[in-house]
Amino acid sequence: MEKIRLNMTVNGKDVEVLTEPRQLLAHVLREELNLTGTHIGCETSHCGACTVDMNDMSVKSCSVFAAQAQGANITTIEGLGTPDGLHLLQEMFKEHHGLQCGYCTPGMITRAYRFLQENGSPTEEDVRFGMSGNLCRCTGYQNIVKAILATAEKMNEMKESA
Amino acid sequence: MNETIPPKEERMTALNGLGTSRKRVEDARFTQGKGNYVDDIKLQGMLFGDFVRSPYAHARVKSIKTEAALAIPGVHAVITAADLEPLKLHWMPTLAGDVQMVLADGKVLFQGQEVAFVVADNRYAADDGIKAVEVEYEELPVIVDPFKAELDGAPILREDIADKKEGAHGPRRHPNHIFTWESGDRQATEAVISEADVVAEEMVYYHRTHPCPLETCGSVASMDKVNGKLTVWGTFQAPHAVRTVASLISGIAEHNIRIVSPDIGGGFGNKVGVYPGYICSIVASIVTGAPVKWIEDKMDNLMATAFARDYWMQGKISATKEGKITGLWCHTTADHGAFDACADPTKFPAGFMNICTGSYDIPTAFLSVDGIYTNKAPGGVAYRCSFRVTEAAYFIERMIEVLAIKLGMDSAELREKNFIRKDQFPYQSALGWEYDSGDYHTAWDKALKAVNYKELRKEQAERLEAFHKGETRKLIGIGLSHFTEIVGAGPVKNCDILGLGMFDSCEIRIHPTGSAIARLGTISQGQGHATTFAQILASEIGIPAEDITLEEGDTDTAPYGLGTYGSRSTPVAGAATAMAGRKIRAKAQMIAAYLLEVHDNDLEWDVDRFVVKGNPERFKTMKEIAFASYNQAIPNVEPGLEAVSYYDPPNMTYPFGAYICVMEIDVDTGTTEIRQVFALDDCGTRINPMIIEGQVHGGLTEALAIAMGQEIAYDEMGNVTTGTLMDFFVPTAWETPNYQTDYTETPSPHHPIGAKGVGESPNVGGVPAFSNAVHDAFKSFGLTQSHMPHDHWRIWTIANKLGLHEM
Repeated sequence: MEKIRLNMTVNGKDVEVLTEPRQLLAHVLREELNLTGTHIGCETSHCGACTVDMNDMSVKSCSVFAAQAQGANITTIEGLGTPDGLHLLQEMFKEHHGLQCGYCTPGMITRAYRFLQENGSPTEEDVRFGMSGNLCRCTGYQNIVKAILATAEKMNEMKESA
Repeated sequence: MNETIPPKEERMTALNGLGTSRKRVEDARFTQGKGNYVDDIKLQGMLFGDFVRSPYAHARVKSIKTEAALAIPGVHAVITAADLEPLKLHWMPTLAGDVQMVLADGKVLFQGQEVAFVVADNRYAADDGIKAVEVEYEELPVIVDPFKAELDGAPILREDIADKKEGAHGPRRHPNHIFTWESGDRQATEAVISEADVVAEEMVYYHRTHPCPLETCGSVASMDKVNGKLTVWGTFQAPHAVRTVASLISGIAEHNIRIVSPDIGGGFGNKVGVYPGYICSIVASIVTGAPVKWIEDKMDNLMATAFARDYWMQGKISATKEGKITGLWCHTTADHGAFDACADPTKFPAGFMNICTGSYDIPTAFLSVDGIYTNKAPGGVAYRCSFRVTEAAYFIERMIEVLAIKLGMDSAELREKNFIRKDQFPYQSALGWEYDSGDYHTAWDKALKAVNYKELRKEQAERLEAFHKGETRKLIGIGLSHFTEIVGAGPVKNCDILGLGMFDSCEIRIHPTGSAIARLGTISQGQGHATTFAQILASEIGIPAEDITLEEGDTDTAPYGLGTYGSRSTPVAGAATAMAGRKIRAKAQMIAAYLLEVHDNDLEWDVDRFVVKGNPERFKTMKEIAFASYNQAIPNVEPGLEAVSYYDPPNMTYPFGAYICVMEIDVDTGTTEIRQVFALDDCGTRINPMIIEGQVHGGLTEALAIAMGQEIAYDEMGNVTTGTLMDFFVPTAWETPNYQTDYTETPSPHHPIGAKGVGESPNVGGVPAFSNAVHDAFKSFGLTQSHMPHDHWRIWTIANKLGLHEM
């Protein structure tokens, strides 16, 4: 199959990839760009493990063709926080035991990152609804919800003190 | 001679040992997307393999044409059974003593069965190749109902063993019959039941479902022809067992095989089995000379890669008028699918189903299980379960409910009346198990008080009255469950898988500066072993958990063990860890005695050091001892500080718990709202309460899924009708309630630290709690039994059949 030249901004860096247009964005990120933090659970857009941030929206990267990502600005889990400075969500997931096997975690955190920009002061119900595109088989969600609510609270505290 | 010694409490806190909610060391890499799962592995020149799968549940394979596929750019090879036959790899042994086709050998026996393996440059080219393979099938009649498998004229499914009268587990009475397994005293039980005051009888069905971990199964095989070494990375819950089995069936010497389980994205029993994909990736690597990756997709996984449950349990339970249970009888028809690939210890073809007397002192019992072949996927794996204990617990907890109805007695009271008393432990059950410890009455009492049980029943009665008056269309169901688990398989004398004894192991190496590495025969799939096993060690050897690295899953470095499933890691490998720690401490004591110039017996252990008895100023810390062990010449003591323990448990452990669910049910829509879930667990000594609570939340959610909607369903032609996450219910955050957890702590008397295991308890106890709540809501209208899963349509149907829509 003929390849296309795909230009994107991924985690703040401009990248160019030669890829078949039928390639899914999830595969391009994982296999061409070695960003394996984006996981694939179902390839049918149900589980949300492959959630990334694309042009300020949460998308399931298994349901986006590479060709559709032309010119897009993408943030993956690798773009949130650094080993020396974790993103607050990463800290809170750890603090509240919001993960077990870790497979859903990058998608969860990436979705929560966008969700908290959509709704900065969510209720528990808001979080549960806002996160309902992401499946987790280990935690029963209770501690994920707790971690996201704790993040929102801390972010608001920081805003107030600033 | 030493500076001030910090107080004992301060030193214990610094260890972060047993009983602390230590934060997980795994989380730093997982939260940053730096886990290393099998699909993340990328080797130079690696190819990708995937399957042509059968669209039919039962068909003869007339021909397979591969030419067109091979002509597609990027396709390297198409492997069929004919290619595997010369290697004797077209069939493989199953964990249950049966054999299973690796690739379709003349016929297919279930939808989704592996027919051919296409190896290509990448997954897209493999997919192109799959579409181009031409397979000619001739459809055959299908068996999806196990009760029809032995009728006259039923098609013979397994032609390979059609004439075999003796199977791995005794005589076979029909070509579609696998085994009959019996436990207990049939005659005595039937006599007790026939003479009893009260007998309740019911067919309890625990439907077919699937563990469905978020990460599917997969492997990367790399045959290094220069060195003759085969390395396989894969989703293996039991890497050492895979190595031995791979060696036995391939003929490659075991020292030339290295099996690595990297990070695993959830297992829940799905990754215990050996699947055709693993074998095909290995063969393909040998054939092509390149590393080959196989990663199945979710549909493949749900349709073909194992299943769980599918037990039809016909039960009879008898009691005196006063409600003292006298006998329990059960006959189970077990639908095993096309090959018997159940993951059970060899001597237990129906797993630990004979724990079905549950938490109750039942003097006489009998169980028989018939294993049956049907045109469904093979598997029978223990989905967050210790070998069929989930089925057993569901059975007894339903039978208790139907008996209570028959007796006209509150089922909480019936349970209380029949619990094994604390003073009866160790308790010998009628079906042959020795329960190690328990205090059921205390746990039960605590649970009933926590939910204010009496008030709940009052509210339920008032609601019922309001319903009859036409004031509401919602009923309340109160689901009770008291389960007893049997985990930690197990004693080698009666527990093996394919002849491999089910001990486990731990090897510890203390470094000169007083930190350590420990390696185990188990493999975490989210349980947090790197966190909790370091805690066990910290308390045993006085080195902070932070200073102990944990490694698992690489057979070249880890000591031999049987892996992680059946809640066995803590009971078996956890015990090995404590025992290895004690060996370290014993040697450390000799070294300390030499350094302090006293006799060994003059020393006592004090959190992180040996202290001269009666002279607390004189001591050697573990850190000091570690350095001395390597760098000081000590007469008659070898240098170094290492230990290994292979632990063969003397008995299983028996965690238990009391769960209560309160549910609101709308009779007109069949929708449910879970108002409260209270879960009290007793898993013996608690290593990390945070992780225990997390396990309980997760297990309860899987139980909720199973009870309320999740199933692997087939139509009459053997088509899987729930093969995607659109149809196969996995609850989201929106459907999942908050859980209230609590605990009691009854240590196991035979485990070195008293721990029992907890991972599966919430699934074992949760399913009956949710299902009993549904049944309870309709009890007063005459419902005794209705099969799971209780999705909205099925609940609506219950209400409809009971005439509630005319009320």
